[in-house]
Amino acid sequence: MSNPKLLVMRGIHKRFPGVYALKDVHLELESGEVHAILGENGAGKSTLIKVLGGIYSIDQGEIYIDGERVFINNVHDAQANGISMIHQELVLVPYMTVAENIFLGREPLKGGFVDYGKMEQEAQELLDAYEMHIDACVQVRSLTIAQQQMVEIVKAISFHSKILVMDEPTSSLSDKEVAFLFDTIRTLKSSGVGIIYISHKMSELQQICDRVTVMRDGEYIGTRIVRETSNAELIAMMVGRELTSYYTRTYQEPGETVLEVKNLSDGGMVKDASFAVRKGEIVGFAGLVGAGRSEAMKCVFGLSPLTHGEILVDGKPAQIRHPDDAMRHGIALVPENRKEEALFAVQSVQYNLTIKVLESFIKGIFVNQALESEIAGRYIRMMSIKTPSFQQLTGNLSGGNQQKVVIGRWLATNPQILILDEPTRGVDVGAKSEIYIIMNELVKNGVSIVMISSELPEIINMSDRVYVMCEGRVTGCLERGQMTQEQIMRLATADSNSVKI
Amino acid sequence: MSRTESAKKELTIFQRLARFCQNFFKENMGILIALFVICIALSFLSDVFLTQKNIMNVLRQMSTNLYLACGMTMVIILGGIDLSVGSIIAFSGVVTVGLIARNGMPIAAAVLAGIFIGVVVGAFNGMVIAKTTIPPFIVTLATMNIARGAAYIYTGGQPIRVMSDEFNFIGSGYVGDVPTPVIYLAIIVFASFLIMNQTKFGRHIYAVGGNTQAAKFSGINTARVKFYVHTFSGLMAGITGVVLASRMFSGQPTSGDGAEMDAIAAVVLGGTSMSGGSGKIGGTVIGGFVIAVLNNGLNLMNVNSFWQYVVKGAVILIAVYVDYIKKLRSRI
Repeated sequence: MSNPKLLVMRGIHKRFPGVYALKDVHLELESGEVHAILGENGAGKSTLIKVLGGIYSIDQGEIYIDGERVFINNVHDAQANGISMIHQELVLVPYMTVAENIFLGREPLKGGFVDYGKMEQEAQELLDAYEMHIDACVQVRSLTIAQQQMVEIVKAISFHSKILVMDEPTSSLSDKEVAFLFDTIRTLKSSGVGIIYISHKMSELQQICDRVTVMRDGEYIGTRIVRETSNAELIAMMVGRELTSYYTRTYQEPGETVLEVKNLSDGGMVKDASFAVRKGEIVGFAGLVGAGRSEAMKCVFGLSPLTHGEILVDGKPAQIRHPDDAMRHGIALVPENRKEEALFAVQSVQYNLTIKVLESFIKGIFVNQALESEIAGRYIRMMSIKTPSFQQLTGNLSGGNQQKVVIGRWLATNPQILILDEPTRGVDVGAKSEIYIIMNELVKNGVSIVMISSELPEIINMSDRVYVMCEGRVTGCLERGQMTQEQIMRLATADSNSVKI
Repeated sequence: MSRTESAKKELTIFQRLARFCQNFFKENMGILIALFVICIALSFLSDVFLTQKNIMNVLRQMSTNLYLACGMTMVIILGGIDLSVGSIIAFSGVVTVGLIARNGMPIAAAVLAGIFIGVVVGAFNGMVIAKTTIPPFIVTLATMNIARGAAYIYTGGQPIRVMSDEFNFIGSGYVGDVPTPVIYLAIIVFASFLIMNQTKFGRHIYAVGGNTQAAKFSGINTARVKFYVHTFSGLMAGITGVVLASRMFSGQPTSGDGAEMDAIAAVVLGGTSMSGGSGKIGGTVIGGFVIAVLNNGLNLMNVNSFWQYVVKGAVILIAVYVDYIKKLRSRI
């Protein structure tokens, strides 16, 4: 052992009341390496990095840095050992400047007062060193999410960290911003920093990571060199079984047109969009972020008013001004942002599943509890929601199960047209393939599905047809045989000069 | 799991009641123990604490606070707060008494008018809160001042007296051994319980308080829910105003000063989260009990009223701290 490894975590155990979160987990990190941790939601990735960052203390196990045993009991210990974390949720103070954020808690002083000149100068030097075009004197709230993330990275580097932990850093970045982030990561790599990288996106592994460690149910499954493994192998390791076919879809001849939208405009993001959906088909909606797909669907669901255009359900014009109108026409919408727009996190699974069908079991002040739990049970089984009980708070479920609860809530209303906006965002691989199975079952039973998705493989493998939108307009419609990633991307950027990828 | 869930179908009313009690004890364990300890201690420290007369006294004293607290529970679960209830008490009280004493209005009509004042102020709160994004704290802070001012203007700053046995019966009478305010309390608690647990509307309150955006996406008319909840809170304040005026044989413009804070204290002691989305009427009732028993006990023991404030504040802090620790432990 002439050259001790940068970081070794060995035999790590962590128990919470009722949950064995980490069971004998190992992790090794070399200097200059990007090491991915992969696993479904609830696999223990977050717990592992929180242990490393000093947010949780371990029950058992050993941590070595540069060959020396260290004890990390709090965040200060972690920082003293050169470990910095970039959390999924940004933790900058919005009303402070970039410089103030970077030096928060360790401001340079002159005569007992904060030396703003020196602080801003040093912050600017750091930002410039990584070619980030950010002014150190502006308030953080005026920056984009991507820029804020860059500030977080600079802040982490400014601690002279040897080990940098990134928890899903790309989840809210555009492609261009991701490319820039990866450049920064490569620079850090070459200066010998070891990076632990957590992500759901398999494609990123190939681009940026050297090795990958897979976890499942709090256990260490294995470590692979990225170049020598395949996505199929990694997915199999993550879910513990071979997923023979990840996407499930049996095609059938679609029926009558059930929803037709003509020349829809909302006076903002959506401009003159027309499309049609037939019975028993999945219609994909592709496009870049901000193309107006979600906004168009909000009009169809009555959440925002349309300034121009017409909506026809079953061939008849439909006045949809409120979600209740949409529901009367058999339309349901599962929104894009689960936490903000769909979930009642402090309420039970049963409450969340039944909130749309209260009238079926509440008559005045008489609640038919048997029927209530029967309805909840039906959709828990149908969606195979993993929950310890009907009364479990929904916020305590994994992302995938939360999504199934939200979809189940709408299925309880027996929709004829189900609009799914990014149905598998933030959902782990196992739950993803289960959601695809359910979607397939639904269309087989004559339900029509509109699926907005930014994941092209999902669009291509699940849809009968795909409409592509760009800057509020529908720029094309591709049939099953014509769908390729290149075709879709060409249409998604069609008449635009301002949008570059 | 599926076995126990399906077994629910065969539950009799009695079994459901047993299950309800079990949940009730489980959810409110901390505060129930506190109440129990205070009661045991007081029964040793004072000879009169456990007498029937004193118990009825405690019940009567807590009743008006709990009318307000029932409305306040809904408002807080909704994610808001209602600071105006204390002033509404004064406003509705002076108007009721004024209409009887000055205008010779029939008592029933005057009482309805007084209650109606509460409904109007509450509805106004609800309308502004539902239609704008002005925080409920600010809206009700404003109406708190307006209603208090209105009470002073109406009376010219002087209490209005009324001599009427019928009117006095409303707040000071007895049916058998039970004081009339306690009877209203039973009705109000039962009604609030039904609203929160047995109706669609109740579930919509939890939805709006838990996640307003998600409630909107689910097609819940969030403005309507906010409007009715604040109107209900105003109704409760109106009733309280009439009952208190009757008990004091007069309409006092200073009446109900700080009442909103006692109501909030009962709600918080009962485990309702100030961030909205969760809480129970049952918890609030226990919270009201704790405050009333504490007041009563401190009086019986002749504790200086200045010190009573300190003790009450300390109890609130301890109770909420215990609750916080409990939640911290249960979270992973």
